[in-house]
Amino acid sequence: MSFALFMLVAAAAILTALVVLLHRNPVIGAFFLVSNLVCLAILYLLLDAQFLSAIQVIVYAGAIMVLILFVIMLLNLRHETATVKVGGLQKAAAGLVALGFLALVARAVGTITTPVQTVPASFGTAESVGRVLFRDFFYPFEIISLVILVAMAGAIVLAKKRLD
Amino acid sequence: MVPVQAYLLLSALIFVIGVLTVLLRRGAITILMGIELMLNASNLAFVAFARQLGGSEGQIFVLFVIAVAAAEAAVGLAIIIALFRLRDTTDVDDLNLMKW
Repeated sequence: MSFALFMLVAAAAILTALVVLLHRNPVIGAFFLVSNLVCLAILYLLLDAQFLSAIQVIVYAGAIMVLILFVIMLLNLRHETATVKVGGLQKAAAGLVALGFLALVARAVGTITTPVQTVPASFGTAESVGRVLFRDFFYPFEIISLVILVAMAGAIVLAKKRLD
Repeated sequence: MVPVQAYLLLSALIFVIGVLTVLLRRGAITILMGIELMLNASNLAFVAFARQLGGSEGQIFVLFVIAVAAAEAAVGLAIIIALFRLRDTTDVDDLNLMKW
């Protein structure tokens, strides 16, 4: 039952990612990226990561993608005007890189032998994640707040209109 | 649980689609969306391994990746807006000021 659900959600994730790759209109690409993020949130639920699933929907699909959609709307982009086509050699090289990477990962994944650990019922809850975060990863947590502050200041400085 | 190999292969597939988006598309915002696909693929791998090995560190790392992705998306979009004001295009082939 869970394998059928996994196959369904995985197929949806791959298809939505392919639409992002192939469709000309960036608005359509952004909407399908949102559905891809929601598919991944469902996969996180299958992996017992409840807190991360909620965070993915709220932050990634709900804030980052809204930001991207706002910018697309601000710049009034409709489709990519093609003045220079991507050459066939470039496409072939990209496809080769893609297949090579997939073969590498398939080979590496085949060597996994450790069995799945049994986890307690509190695995992946906000409490258990928060406990590890504020105990073992306290410094990175404070530093990431600085990163977000710097990103905010940088975005404002870069995007504001010059007054001269 | 579905075997972790399935999740890792799915993660690799989404990552490859993200790489192809960055390599083959020429709109700056579409390239940014390809970068988000790559980050999400790596997040999936982290969460799959966290479940496989029973440790929360993988999920903590995903939190940090999401935070960094938010920061990078904000700054990247600000750069695209500034460039659009200057050049009136988001086509990366036209943004060639540094080309020799």
